[in-house]
Amino acid sequence: MKFLRMKPGHGEVLIAEGDVDVAGDEERLVEEFRRQLDQGLWAAVPSRTPAGRRQAQMVKAFDEIPRDADRVIFFPRAAGGA
Amino acid sequence: MLLASIAIAVVIVALLWDLLLPPAREAFERYRARRAIVPNASYDPGRERRAEQRARELLRSCVNDEEWSMYRDLGFIRVWGGMAQAPKRPGAGLGDPRTGAPYAYLVYPHKPVVAYLPQTRELLNEYCVAFPDETRPYGSARLPDSDDVLAKWMALTGDERRLINTANMHLPGRQVDPKQVRRDLWRLSQWERDRLRRASRPEGSVPAP
Repeated sequence: MKFLRMKPGHGEVLIAEGDVDVAGDEERLVEEFRRQLDQGLWAAVPSRTPAGRRQAQMVKAFDEIPRDADRVIFFPRAAGGA
Repeated sequence: MLLASIAIAVVIVALLWDLLLPPAREAFERYRARRAIVPNASYDPGRERRAEQRARELLRSCVNDEEWSMYRDLGFIRVWGGMAQAPKRPGAGLGDPRTGAPYAYLVYPHKPVVAYLPQTRELLNEYCVAFPDETRPYGSARLPDSDDVLAKWMALTGDERRLINTANMHLPGRQVDPKQVRRDLWRLSQWERDRLRRASRPEGSVPAP
């Protein structure tokens, strides 16, 4: 599983990578996930519906990430614009 | 006599000191400023282009093929609304026949999300929303265009209600010219017609001139 973060002037940045079935990796991913959310970011998992349509799943806790997800994208929290 | 000369010399030096010291100090500061190494903070257009290229690849890998082609060809993405009811127009009554009609959003980079009714092409609202990165790693809080579109797409398809509740809602025309939106809807319909025509054409056939 890869954690990607959108950054201004850079595009996405790989911030963590690991196998959720390996205890050490999972712990590291959980910590990184919390750290990103504590910084105020939103997290989304790109996914497919059974019909094959692509969509995103917003996740607020590490447990909500599907075990087979290959990436989680972190992006700045939405704010009302002018 | 010697003592008097020394005293006069001391007075002259003291007077000259007051007169000459400030310009001398200023000249020295100017010299130091000229020699100082200034960090190069110049704008690098290549960096922005590379960032946008990466963002486009990420967007392409996340959205549906149709949505990617739409963005590549038209510069925006249409996202179908998933809530049970179409967003109400301010001032619309409870018996509004548009309630429950299929609705969609046009997602532009760094512009408000525009809600509309596809059947009538009626514009409903503008949702002004931004994704500012306050860490400002490169002096700007703005994501690359395609990242902004992807962030809106993920938020709309993942949790439409949260995004809509976060955004500032305005009547159509506040920031995005309604004429431009109607033109974009017309372009979208033409684009979809061409796409359908191409998809229904047998492989290898050539259209008549």
